[in-house]
Amino acid sequence: MTEAAATILRPKTAEALARIVAQGRRLEVIGGGTKRGIGRVAGAQSVLSTSALNRVIDYAPEELVLTAQAGVRLADLEVLVAAQGQMLPFEPPHLTRLLRTKGQPTLGGVLAANLSGPRRIRAGAARDHFLGAEAVTGRGEIVKSGGRVVKNVTGYDLCKLLAGSWGTLGVLTQVSLKVLPAARAELTLLYFGLSDAQAGQAMTQALNAPVDVSAAAHVPATTAARAPLKAAMAVTALRLEGFAASVAARAEHLAAALNGLGRCEQLDAGHSRDFWVQIREVEAFSKDPRPLWRISVPPAVGWRVGATIPGDVLYDWGGGLVWLLSDADPAQVRGVVRTLGGHATCYRGDAPAFAPLDGSLAALSARVKAAFDPKGVLNPGRMGAI
Amino acid sequence: MKMPLPDPALMARKGEIVRALQRLVPGEGVIGDPSGLVPFQSDGLSAYRQTPLAVVLPETTAQVSAVLAWCQANGVKVVPRGAGTSLSGGALPLEDGIVLGMAKFNRILEVDYPNRCAVVQPGVTNLAITGAVEADGFYYAPDPSSQIACTIGGNVAENAGGVHCLKYGLTTNNLLGCEIVLMSGEVVRLGGKGFDAAGYDLLGVVTGSEGLLGVVTEVTVRLLRKPETARAMLLGFASVEAAAGCVGDIIAAGVIPAGLEMMDAPAIRAAEAFVGAGYPVEAAALLIVELDGPEAECAELSAQVAQLAEARGATSIRTSSSETERLAFWAGRKAAFPAVGRIAPDYFCMDGTIPRRQLPHVLTRIGEMARQYGLGVANVFHAGDGNLHPLILYDADKPGELEAAEAFGADILKLCVAVGGVLTGEHGVGVEKRDLMGEMFNETDLACQQRVKCAFDPDLLLNPGKVFPRLHRCAELGRVHVHRGAVAFPDLPRF
Repeated sequence: MTEAAATILRPKTAEALARIVAQGRRLEVIGGGTKRGIGRVAGAQSVLSTSALNRVIDYAPEELVLTAQAGVRLADLEVLVAAQGQMLPFEPPHLTRLLRTKGQPTLGGVLAANLSGPRRIRAGAARDHFLGAEAVTGRGEIVKSGGRVVKNVTGYDLCKLLAGSWGTLGVLTQVSLKVLPAARAELTLLYFGLSDAQAGQAMTQALNAPVDVSAAAHVPATTAARAPLKAAMAVTALRLEGFAASVAARAEHLAAALNGLGRCEQLDAGHSRDFWVQIREVEAFSKDPRPLWRISVPPAVGWRVGATIPGDVLYDWGGGLVWLLSDADPAQVRGVVRTLGGHATCYRGDAPAFAPLDGSLAALSARVKAAFDPKGVLNPGRMGAI
Repeated sequence: MKMPLPDPALMARKGEIVRALQRLVPGEGVIGDPSGLVPFQSDGLSAYRQTPLAVVLPETTAQVSAVLAWCQANGVKVVPRGAGTSLSGGALPLEDGIVLGMAKFNRILEVDYPNRCAVVQPGVTNLAITGAVEADGFYYAPDPSSQIACTIGGNVAENAGGVHCLKYGLTTNNLLGCEIVLMSGEVVRLGGKGFDAAGYDLLGVVTGSEGLLGVVTEVTVRLLRKPETARAMLLGFASVEAAAGCVGDIIAAGVIPAGLEMMDAPAIRAAEAFVGAGYPVEAAALLIVELDGPEAECAELSAQVAQLAEARGATSIRTSSSETERLAFWAGRKAAFPAVGRIAPDYFCMDGTIPRRQLPHVLTRIGEMARQYGLGVANVFHAGDGNLHPLILYDADKPGELEAAEAFGADILKLCVAVGGVLTGEHGVGVEKRDLMGEMFNETDLACQQRVKCAFDPDLLLNPGKVFPRLHRCAELGRVHVHRGAVAFPDLPRF
């Protein structure tokens, strides 16, 4: 990063932000800056932060829609919706301890990275709750897409494109989100000592039962031994959420279906919440210098990652999300994951953060990038070739 | 409705174009004779008709690729088509373009229960996916009313919804991957069986792109486990306000029903006269509430909903006590469109979404406008997610009524946008709402969307004349917009 980049520009309006972008200097775009370590921005001349765009514009709980500026802190938003008995359904991770950053994640940052927590398997991802956006493209133009209602197919769904684009297509300035009533009750069933393969099968069985499992994770023995869990053996966890009578009925049904797995412990609501925060934040891996990978694979084959690549693993999303700490050759990691039908993002380490794309897909993605940002001023190089 | 002017030079080349396409899709894959083209003249928006130059019915991705590449090389426009059930004219042909019918892609390729997904060809009907997995206790959630006929490829193109959207999402929330063919003939795979894909979420932007970005040749959909039980309730109210208030109360109580529908008096009476579902014909508004999950949950929540309805002065409350009765409760709603079709020679089905709190105001205004235009209107409404379906009744044989119905429809949609809503909740823009896009988006917004189009289809040959009110050549959009001057930002705090 150049000397000039030490100055962080914090415009207070979308118009002021657009004027900065229109100048044509290469910009590193950040919210709270907590995920700056993921992907390298090449040759930024300035840092542009959305953190001064921090107002909640409209929140009508009965409409299930919240509109806020992109720089609103995620933690503040969580408090706001919780006070109305609602939640951000995709259970966004903060990852500040994992990534050892001091800032505060923002709503815009979570959406730009499309980060979703354990409830992803049932409720959908950040992108699934992203109803509307105002963003500044690389042309310095303020563009809006979507709307402030929960059901809308008017025009191209640019929110989906912006979600997970890591600020390379546009700088989010204001967003509308779908929120939902928070679960009235929750509990978690724990099983112990399963191998990764057994746990993979158990999670599949649970997710395929009519009990509406809202989170399914497996912590293998070597990972479980680490702080904060410090358990003596592997732990497999299945969460149920909803109305009390329903949760109790489903827990009984699920425990009966998984009867063959041995001892089953129940975590009450408070312990269940704590447990899933640990999983969501990947706390077991926060104090380890080894390269860290976030791997997305078809859930039923997730356990093969741990079986094939040396290192420590943690499985969320019923096996569909694998966190891997490993000194293995990045090419091996990406090769194995690709064979399994997934892709690996390097969250910490020397490897390029994002998996390279195939020919036609890479070319198409580059054209999409050029459509939004023809001069390549927004987070150049952050997602690799695109 | 104005469509792009046909190119006489292309029209003159019809014979040559048909022969070239026959070489690419041999056998009976190309229809060029006028009588064979008749069934393709319109889609579900039958007010608009156009005979295409030819229809091509490929059977393989390689054929789709060859046809598109040839069309691109020869400047021939292409309109993709599934089952032709679009209600917004998404598959309306062009006089100088071909229709690419995907009906022969009708196989379910793989059902993968461990990953809770199915890989299907685009011509498979929505209902057939559920049909293939329901014996094993699974289903595919989005359920547009046309699900017996509409294809999954069309569902992807339109981002189709249905009555269960509030709880289970639209098509876009239930897809994992697809294979598309670009206008250049390039085959691109987006997503897969994992929860997220590498790179940009192109699957997300292709979904709901109304056939303007690529032709879908394979789809991987999420399968859900069927809930243990489902129960429906019929709640009659003496006013629209009371019914709308009850919807708000249900959601405020933390209940997200699987379905939450409202019908107004004309819709209730038409449906009841048609199917005899046992609807309260004296009610001014009817709510149909479906709850699903374990028996314990349905019992608890239906009791709670009944209490909330009583508190709002419901005039009748019935809860289904059997699967037969539940289906009977739905029969009237599902037959609402044909039922209205019996009371008027023609109708337009509108599709705006509004913030729910605006419902009483919007329905009152729609009633006033109906009187102004001298046309009847019946309202069915996905009340849970605010998606309105006013059915405008008219008679196309009476001079001026079609135009009056179009103007009435446009006024309704403008009202939806004015109260904070959108032009279309699930039917798509197509040709029907194309010229209203300016109500929601300014030129900069639309140019941005069209640049995405240019990234996929730089010659604008795929389904032109839909979605965008004006066609801009890509080169014209590509001009870089440079602001010079202001180097200093006195209004910016610096740290």
